[in-house]
Amino acid sequence: MSGKGLYILKRLAGAFVTLAVIATLTFTLLRVLPGGPFDTEKALPEEVKANIEARYGLDRPVLDQYLSFMGGILRGDLGESYKYVGRSVADIIGEALPVSMELGLMSLLVAYLVGIPLGVFAAARHNSAFDTGAMLIAVSGVALPSFMVGPLLVSIFSFGIPFAFLQGSLPPALWESPAHYILPVLTLGLRPAAILARMTRGAVLESIHQDFVRTARAKGVSERVVLFKHVLRNSLIPILSISGPLVAGLLSGSFIIEIIFAIPGIGKHLVQSVTNRDYPLILALTLVFSMMLVVANLVVDLLYGFVDPRVRPEKSGAGG
Amino acid sequence: MTADGETTSSSRTLIDRERLGSGVRAWSQAIFHSRAGRRFLAHRGGVLSAIYIFVLLAMALLAPFVAPYSFETQNIDRLLQGPSAEHWFGTDALGRDVFSRVIYGARMSMAVGLLTALVSLIIGGVYGAISGWVGGWLDSVLMRLVDILDSIPSLVLLILVGVVFTAYQPFENPEIRALVGILLALSVVGWVSLARLVRGQVLQVREMQFVESAHAIGAPGSRILIRHIAPNILGPVVVMLTYQVPANILFESFLSFVGLGLQPPYASWGVLANDGWRAKSDPHLIFFPGAALFVTMLAFNFFGDALRDALDPKVARSR
Repeated sequence: MSGKGLYILKRLAGAFVTLAVIATLTFTLLRVLPGGPFDTEKALPEEVKANIEARYGLDRPVLDQYLSFMGGILRGDLGESYKYVGRSVADIIGEALPVSMELGLMSLLVAYLVGIPLGVFAAARHNSAFDTGAMLIAVSGVALPSFMVGPLLVSIFSFGIPFAFLQGSLPPALWESPAHYILPVLTLGLRPAAILARMTRGAVLESIHQDFVRTARAKGVSERVVLFKHVLRNSLIPILSISGPLVAGLLSGSFIIEIIFAIPGIGKHLVQSVTNRDYPLILALTLVFSMMLVVANLVVDLLYGFVDPRVRPEKSGAGG
Repeated sequence: MTADGETTSSSRTLIDRERLGSGVRAWSQAIFHSRAGRRFLAHRGGVLSAIYIFVLLAMALLAPFVAPYSFETQNIDRLLQGPSAEHWFGTDALGRDVFSRVIYGARMSMAVGLLTALVSLIIGGVYGAISGWVGGWLDSVLMRLVDILDSIPSLVLLILVGVVFTAYQPFENPEIRALVGILLALSVVGWVSLARLVRGQVLQVREMQFVESAHAIGAPGSRILIRHIAPNILGPVVVMLTYQVPANILFESFLSFVGLGLQPPYASWGVLANDGWRAKSDPHLIFFPGAALFVTMLAFNFFGDALRDALDPKVARSR
């Protein structure tokens, strides 16, 4: 047990270094980025601009800015947004992140609830019409761009094109009631569901012909229990291994989905903050995204041990 | 069928053509008669995909000649029309021919997809080969670096790097500017997984006996790497590159869709999809560029699957 504690500590230390590197990298990139946050179309008078820049500490030496930025992160102070005047970055993220996570969690649920059973049943009926059909859907799901699926769903279910009777059955955008959730969640969940279905099918096919499965069948265990208890349990490792990035990607919302459906999550801020050169917001968002990935990967690595006691986390952590 | 059976009665004037013929024959031999080639040809989806990719590439290269209209020609009398005989994919809000714009858009997609694969092959290949071949502390350092790069969430940085690179470069043409920016951004991260693959493969192959015997007869390391190891690890490398292409194509269209990539009036599938999304009530505007992207992604995936099965029969059998 102490081994596991040590392992987690080691991983967290590694994550800390990674995050520091990312913060530094992003900071540097932002200074290289052409155009400042206060370049407006009509040039501001020199004095005014200088005043504003002094207000946000942009007149100080870059190294000085960097150190106070890093120090701020350590104190949990992410600074003040340049564009949303008077609002702290923590405030903005605190408001947007829950929305993105809601969207992500629901899509994740859809992805696992659809993807895994689809994969299991396809494998159980290997080479049947069902298998072919399911995999055709899965392959298409991976290849369908979300910026096509989203708007097409909207034009079918909101604008009634080409099925007029469906017009207005679902709201086209925003994030207000369960009815608003359906289209974005489906759009976002489709791709991971398809990926999971393919992955699950492959993993199940690997283990479905093993001896313990035959034993279970011989004992008279029902087919459903054989599939979902014996086989699936032994197929979880590959499913887990793609879950880390998948979960991180979904929880941080997809910026495309949030833009298409006008959902006030962090993905929407991502593109806007880059266009606005809102340095503190970009930096904070980068760190939030990175943290999600780091945490998701750590959790997945720890889960390996639960799913398959033969895998010791100490070993699975060392990459390369 | 049997190429070796035919006896060519050649006169001297035909020498050039004959030499050319033998080159073509060698290639066709390699493609159509090798085991891997036959396995690939047996994969119907793979062959269809290869044909599709080839046609798309040709259309992209020859866009000005193939497209019925220019990508920016407006026809004010025909705004937002559905598909018709004159405009196969309809027209957009400015009266431009969507079919032509989709063809022009293919140029961006194919360029991004193929060039990024090339760049990550060069960087990742060299990096991975050095890491695996030299080994020792250098290997540890190089792989540690790869680990760190891998744990960076690529999206945010890709966007930033893309914007930076799009701004700082000598090119004037907006299409080339966007292409180079996206290309460089994708190259920053694209090579990492390839480097890891190449390193692993080199580590495996360098222990094999034919490498040892090459050593024994005094071949220098560079020659062993290029002549003996490279051909033996080419299969998995090519397959991985094939899978990277659609991912990069998708990324380009995402960037252009949100307005950080190519800008209108130039055409990329992402730019077109954005036009369609803004038009809202005309789904054909988003359907056609989306479908082009969809079919292209499918084609590269099938092509990759067929290639993998052809080059690595073990995988094919266990599937």
